[in-house]
Amino acid sequence: MIRDITIGQYYPAKSVLHRLDPRVKLVSTLLYLISLFLFRSIPGYIVATLFLAGIIRASRVPLKHIVKGLKPIIMLLLITVIFNLFLTRDGAVLFHKWIFTITEGGLRTAVYMAVRLIYLIIGSSLMTFTTTPNELTDGIEKLLYPLNKIHVPVHEVAMMMSIALRFIPILSEETDKIMKAQIARGADLESGNMIQRAKSMIPILVPLFVSAFRRANDLAMAMEARCYRGGEGRTKMKPLCYRTRDRIAYVVVIVYVISVFVVGRYVPLKVWIF
Amino acid sequence: MNMIQTEKLIFEYEKRDEEGNVIGTSRAIDEVDIDVKEGQFIAILGHNGSGKSTLAKHMNAILVPTEGTIWVDGRDTKEPQELWNVRQSAGMVFQNPDNQIIGTVVEEDVGFGPENLGVPTDEIWQRVEDSLKAVGMIAYRHHSPNKLSGGQKQRVAIAGVVAMEPKCIVLDEPTAMLDPVGRKEVLKTVKKLREKKKVTVILITHYMEEVIDADKIYVMDHGHVVMQGTPREIFSRVDELKSYRLDVPQVTLLADELRRRGLSVPEGILRKEELVEYLCQLD
Repeated sequence: MIRDITIGQYYPAKSVLHRLDPRVKLVSTLLYLISLFLFRSIPGYIVATLFLAGIIRASRVPLKHIVKGLKPIIMLLLITVIFNLFLTRDGAVLFHKWIFTITEGGLRTAVYMAVRLIYLIIGSSLMTFTTTPNELTDGIEKLLYPLNKIHVPVHEVAMMMSIALRFIPILSEETDKIMKAQIARGADLESGNMIQRAKSMIPILVPLFVSAFRRANDLAMAMEARCYRGGEGRTKMKPLCYRTRDRIAYVVVIVYVISVFVVGRYVPLKVWIF
Repeated sequence: MNMIQTEKLIFEYEKRDEEGNVIGTSRAIDEVDIDVKEGQFIAILGHNGSGKSTLAKHMNAILVPTEGTIWVDGRDTKEPQELWNVRQSAGMVFQNPDNQIIGTVVEEDVGFGPENLGVPTDEIWQRVEDSLKAVGMIAYRHHSPNKLSGGQKQRVAIAGVVAMEPKCIVLDEPTAMLDPVGRKEVLKTVKKLREKKKVTVILITHYMEEVIDADKIYVMDHGHVVMQGTPREIFSRVDELKSYRLDVPQVTLLADELRRRGLSVPEGILRKEELVEYLCQLD
């Protein structure tokens, strides 16, 4: 049950996107997210859609898999749409009944917002689909490295992240074991209301924490025994370095951001109220 | 030359009450003298709480002696500037395979040690490949360690130490948490390493069957070294071993019983074959 959770949901495939430097993917995702807020017009959305479609094709992640990732945000999406639809008062009234009023502006904002949110989620999940957690931490470490100058422990944080990722499956397996052990001793984890069920988690959490601390202690010792002494003077087995394809990717993303901005603002194309 | 030498090594744990005040000390190691020559295979035997793991941690400078001295490859572990040199010359493999693997991919874990030593990237790859080959895990280099069996994880851990090119490998009960198959795997790997890389090996264990190939055995009890000698010498003193709560291998036990019943079985039989050979001579 818990073991099925794969953080970052990496989708193994052999594509250009998978091979890109994680820094390129991180920066591009950020630029892409910002770009979605630079326009409010049909032409802008056409460019954004084309770009996203191209990226999805290039990633070789099946569309079905991507759509499945949208499930958790359906509620959020619905709430956003409903609030925008009924609460925005802008322009001519399209529909009015009792307390419900839909205006032109409301409909426009609701549709734009929904599309924007979906594109946002798809864009950022494409990054996690194509990047292993390890590459991600490496990328973050390298990108944030300048912060080291102002005494942000970048290397330590990155190391902690990768260790945490390594221990997720081990600890979840342990949780399973503890749960079974407690059930065998007559613990009731299923019945009762919310509070009772939360309380019944205590006999699982306490041993889990104790064992996590013990593991942390052991691991720290093992790391020291292998001469770990922080980031200084450390070399990398897999150092990140930009290749031609990474530079091309940067250019493509920057061209996209500029064109979506220009097209979104200055190409006059209107369909009905949009 | 002496790879590891101790002189009147004493280590005391502080006993604390609930507020953290020191209320006394307990001696985990008491005046231990051992010496290990380069290239030797040394075994340290002892029951739980005999101080054998504490002794192992001294060889890697994880613990430093309360009194006495330990030299690792000629370096005094008490000298702070020697710390990392000591840890590089004596690599350590621990008991729990899960808690000593740092990487999320096998090859990255093996590369962790060399990375810490500041080895150039190309050489790291070379070392990772060599040491994974040496433990027979090269086929698993891209796997996640979580999917491996206990014996395989322990072999990866050994590879991680080998990649740091230590002169001496200390194995602190490496088989205690493994099933019989995994135990055999690990011991075979250690044997192969000794033959190929000529490293000094110190094996700490409470399984007597694992130490019959050792050059020398130390038996520890309550912080003292109570017996030392070649496996044949040690195994011929069955009663003494039993008094230290060690399980004597069944063949040795059988030979001992036969001798008591009047057969002239030679002392210190270690292997089944030896006993069979002797018994077949009788009519």
